[in-house]
Amino acid sequence: MAKMYHKEKSIQIKSSASALYNNLSVLRIAPRCLTYFTVVHANVVNMVSASWDGLNYSHRQLQSKEGNVATSSSLIMQAAWCVLPSRDLLVLTSQKGIQMYESDGSIMVYWHALDTPETPTAQAVFARGIAAVRDKYICVGVSSGSVLVFDVPSKGSNITLSEVLEEHTEPITDMASECSGSMECIADLVSADDSGTLCVWKSGGDFQLLNKIPGFDTSCSSVKLWKGTVIAGYGTGQIRLYEGVTGILHAEVNAHARWIYSLDIAPFTGLLLSAAEDSLVRVWHLTISPETNNVEIEHLYNECVTDSQICGAKFCDGDGYAFAVTGYDLSEIIRYTQA
Amino acid sequence: MSTRTLPLLFINLGGEMLYILDQRLRAQNIPSDKAKKVFVATVAEWIEEDRKRVMNDIITTMFNKKFLEELFKPQELYSKKALRTVFDRLAHASIMRLNQASMDKLYDLMTMAFKYQVLLCPRPKDILLVTFNHMDAIKDFVRDTPSILSQVDETYRQLLEIYTSLSGGEFQLIRQTLLIFFQDMHIRVSIFLKDKVQNSNGRFVLPTSGPVPYGTQTPGLIRMFSCSGEEIKRVQFRDGGNYTAALREGSFELFGDRVTKLGTNMYSVSRPVETHMSGTSKNSSQHTKVNTLPNPLAKEELNLLAKLMGGLEVQKPSHTDSGFRVNLFATDEEEEEALITRPEELSYEVINIQATKDKQANAELAKIMGEFTEAGDSSPSSSSKGDDLLAMMDGL
Repeated sequence: MAKMYHKEKSIQIKSSASALYNNLSVLRIAPRCLTYFTVVHANVVNMVSASWDGLNYSHRQLQSKEGNVATSSSLIMQAAWCVLPSRDLLVLTSQKGIQMYESDGSIMVYWHALDTPETPTAQAVFARGIAAVRDKYICVGVSSGSVLVFDVPSKGSNITLSEVLEEHTEPITDMASECSGSMECIADLVSADDSGTLCVWKSGGDFQLLNKIPGFDTSCSSVKLWKGTVIAGYGTGQIRLYEGVTGILHAEVNAHARWIYSLDIAPFTGLLLSAAEDSLVRVWHLTISPETNNVEIEHLYNECVTDSQICGAKFCDGDGYAFAVTGYDLSEIIRYTQA
Repeated sequence: MSTRTLPLLFINLGGEMLYILDQRLRAQNIPSDKAKKVFVATVAEWIEEDRKRVMNDIITTMFNKKFLEELFKPQELYSKKALRTVFDRLAHASIMRLNQASMDKLYDLMTMAFKYQVLLCPRPKDILLVTFNHMDAIKDFVRDTPSILSQVDETYRQLLEIYTSLSGGEFQLIRQTLLIFFQDMHIRVSIFLKDKVQNSNGRFVLPTSGPVPYGTQTPGLIRMFSCSGEEIKRVQFRDGGNYTAALREGSFELFGDRVTKLGTNMYSVSRPVETHMSGTSKNSSQHTKVNTLPNPLAKEELNLLAKLMGGLEVQKPSHTDSGFRVNLFATDEEEEEALITRPEELSYEVINIQATKDKQANAELAKIMGEFTEAGDSSPSSSSKGDDLLAMMDGL
């Protein structure tokens, strides 16, 4: 196999990555020639801004400080940038609630507390799964199975909880919005849970459930939505491609030997990235067959990050020209670019 | 994160501790010239009965009913320091005594062994099989003592009741919680280095060959389907590994073959307990990074800990002599050396506990603490956190 990508200089981070699903978020700030990265370490988010020439790195750490300072500091489940047409926000989910920051991490603009019981219950409480949907919504999943829909104004901190979607019965694992930018796609959002159930939604004043794709008792740990196709990665190491609106299964891939932790798609080229506990990152290519309109998948490339259980993998651009990877216990973000 | 993690953490670390102590007690029992070197004056008369008694005493304490009631309540994990305090207490639940350096080494070995098992277990759910391997071995340690055996069986029943019904996702959350607990610990363990399962930088080797986890297909196949669900295309791809089909699933029953070897006893007299401390080398980047941020959880945690520790009874030695000391090192000199050279950041700063119900037990604890101090004292500089705990526990 031709070497499709080569390894670049890694970016050091202040503390190592925790083993959490989708534990890497990337935001390109093209006008300033910068890329932002976030990686969660227990109760801290490591944030790095890297200049494209590779000469400047600046670091910031965000604590999971809660509305009320007296309560304990909680573990963070996920950090992700949400790109809306009017603004970018950095969203953190933890055991105590949801924090939304300006994209550079400087100001916390919104805090939503979860209902946490006085004494811990057998069912852990946390928020996980973050997606920006269409013009003004940020959706966040909760361990109860609820999906919270926040209405975000183009400016300021007047963010409101506009809707709670109650279709899942297991903890939400991940969420994704349609990323192709195509206005033809009916489905806007997909949510996944611990039983592997996938819910496909249309956004609006009231979110509408378009389809519920049943699981098969395996966690769906990472999910993406591209040109109406739901791409789901599971604890069994499988990737499945469903047509979102109909739930038709188009492809099933025995992709990894262990639990998948992260999927990402480059919307302009259809390149798909998958990463798992088996220390492998794979690159795939998705195409929509013009005759049948079916989605097809082809394997392109493997990269082994030796002795690392990978927890985060993301493309750094819309073409899939470069991608970045984090692994449990690693204090670096490893980058690869096309050769 | 998962509120179901603490019992598994405690039982598996406890199991590893028992393996190590059992092996050391057996090694010190061999009356050969080679073994004589490790003898300390007080253990010259070490006999099989004493080993059994030590093991029984610790297991009795570990599976104390009141203690386990507290342990099994849903709760967050303790900090590393707090858990270390629990194990210091547990290790001294018998007439056996460990000094600071040996206790540090014991704890390092226990934690790295369990970290290895958590990291390598094929599916998150297999953490339960690892736990059952420890439980099976513990039952074997006490097979001749029915009263303790029934105590252990009671815990077994509790484990089966609580954990067998949990979903894969819940086990993954437990695993992720454990991995956060073990994060940044890279102590090198000689038995792992020899077996080539650990690299010299302290990171574990992750194989890309061998059987895939139960329920997983070997990677390499793409299947595509038509709208009517017919398979229309089948493509193989090069997966970059060398995996084979899954083995049968291990038994999640009270008895049975667990299939995985993770969590079984890896020590024997011919494969003794030793450590290389990464701390003794200069590459400080591999040391545990201590989070210097103040932990606001401390107070809640100490409340829980105090409650938990209330259930941990310390055995009073029936002997009038001072009991015997176990050394985790080959010689006393090595042990002393280890204490002096242990890097600051690996120091656990054990919390001093003197809160006890009666004077007799108090004296016993004072003796334990005396034992720690005797060992050259870089030890219990009681932090403010420790003081809080003391105050709180004295107030009980």
